[in-house]
Amino acid sequence: MLDALLLQSGYNATLVTLGAMMLGVAAGVTGTFLYLRKRALMSDAMAHATLPGVGLAFLLMVAMGGDGRSLPGLLAGAGISALVGLGCVQFLTTRTRLPEDAAIGAVLSVFYGVGIVILTVIQALSIGRQAGLEAFLLGATAGMLWSDAMLIAAGGAISAGLVLLFRRPLLMVAFDPDYASVRGLLPGRADLMLMALVLAVTLTGLKVVGLILIVALLVIPAVAARMWSDRAGVVAAIAGGIGGAAGYGGAAMSASAPDLPTGPLIVLLAAAGFVVSILFGRARGVIPQALARARMRTRLAGPA
Amino acid sequence: MKPLRDLRPEAAPGPLPLAVRGLSVAYGERLVVDGVDAVFAAGKMTAIVGPNGAGKSSLLKAALGIVPRVAGQALFFGQPLAAVRDRVAYVPQRAGVDWDFPARVIDVVAMGLYGQLGLFGRMRCQHMTQAMDCLGRVGLTDFARRQIGALSGGQQQRVFLARALAQRADLIVLDEPFAGVDAATEKALVGVLHGLRDTGCAVVAVHHDLATVPVWFDAVLLINRRCIAEGPVATAFSEANIARAYAAIPANHA
Repeated sequence: MLDALLLQSGYNATLVTLGAMMLGVAAGVTGTFLYLRKRALMSDAMAHATLPGVGLAFLLMVAMGGDGRSLPGLLAGAGISALVGLGCVQFLTTRTRLPEDAAIGAVLSVFYGVGIVILTVIQALSIGRQAGLEAFLLGATAGMLWSDAMLIAAGGAISAGLVLLFRRPLLMVAFDPDYASVRGLLPGRADLMLMALVLAVTLTGLKVVGLILIVALLVIPAVAARMWSDRAGVVAAIAGGIGGAAGYGGAAMSASAPDLPTGPLIVLLAAAGFVVSILFGRARGVIPQALARARMRTRLAGPA
Repeated sequence: MKPLRDLRPEAAPGPLPLAVRGLSVAYGERLVVDGVDAVFAAGKMTAIVGPNGAGKSSLLKAALGIVPRVAGQALFFGQPLAAVRDRVAYVPQRAGVDWDFPARVIDVVAMGLYGQLGLFGRMRCQHMTQAMDCLGRVGLTDFARRQIGALSGGQQQRVFLARALAQRADLIVLDEPFAGVDAATEKALVGVLHGLRDTGCAVVAVHHDLATVPVWFDAVLLINRRCIAEGPVATAFSEANIARAYAAIPANHA
């Protein structure tokens, strides 16, 4: 275990660990903007909506005589099906005035159900070397290819970079969409950009964290970081730090104990950071606020 | 730093800061603004007055492209808004934003500099000075590093005004700027707005307090879904026009 944490358990494992760290940073930073725009659950809908695409892409690649497990191919399928899911949520909320949370609930469960059916069919057909698709549910880094790890690290770095580049319009739209739109920053376009970045993080994290838990990596570091600062930029930086640490630690632990799925380990580490932040966070934490109240009481009770 | 309004020809009768023609807004099947024509002049402070649900905010939001319009057009300085965005400052209703947002007062004011900074421009010392200067004009210099949620309602409204000032616009559009603020804040806000007007800026505000219209404003637009009266306060803001604006809406349009 110590070997893994110190990146001494082999070249591949090291690369996977660094990739997971990059993913965590991207998820923390992107998730901050998503949380500030109050659309955190959209990422859950998109993540679950990737599953039918993973299954169908596998079937298509096998039918074309391929291996069926090529990560870029599976991610392309996942991306297309997530976009369809996103489109469904948009359609339901704009055309039927269904509230977004209800639309998310409906789309998320239907797409996940369809995905599970397709995966079951694949297992029953026993075609190709299907074993491994379940890894997309909870994440598995064991036995990951070098090229896969590179894809994940690059995807994380690019997503995080784009969020930093577009931080100003994203923040203005999140804080005050009407004002932003008068300034020429159309909220619809900024949201589209944000959703594209969330989709990129989701796809990047599919193999590492799994589609069920990727929402945790987008939300938990962001809300934990909010406990520490009242400045959006600082919140995003701290969230990136918490996400990166969780990704690094989770992947390293999973490398030393390959039976443990990587996703839950990463999420548990992020959750530990969340608990610490809730208790001790300088801006919002429970204990600093209680101390401030106590100080105020002593001051008011003291000699006038 | 260049002087504030060195380029504005005071006397030249340029195109009107804002002119709306036949503007209509509908929410679903409900027509809330019905074919309103109105003009707003430079160097004047104009109140948009009418009962609740008269479409005051909707008129402005449709003119500014925040909500879609079903008919009509709005021209800013004779052009569509997209061509003159930097000259138009908007102060939205305070209740419309999340004050729990992680931002300091100075961060919100700095949003007004977006036109200068663009997407990727770096915030430099001069921009910070500019933002602090605008904050000083609304009397909040000491609050620059406070979290916005820690401000009172009146202070929040002043922060919004400072953000609009940072833009150095020559049309400033305010949606209920005096809603829920105390008398002292009201006076401070009006003072700044009068200062802007006196430099040739056009000020347009949705307003709900009839008593203060003649005191603070030069012109008025009385609406109740349709335009009831428009013009200088002395003539347009008559008892008869006010009564018409606040009378029940004809049922055939409801």
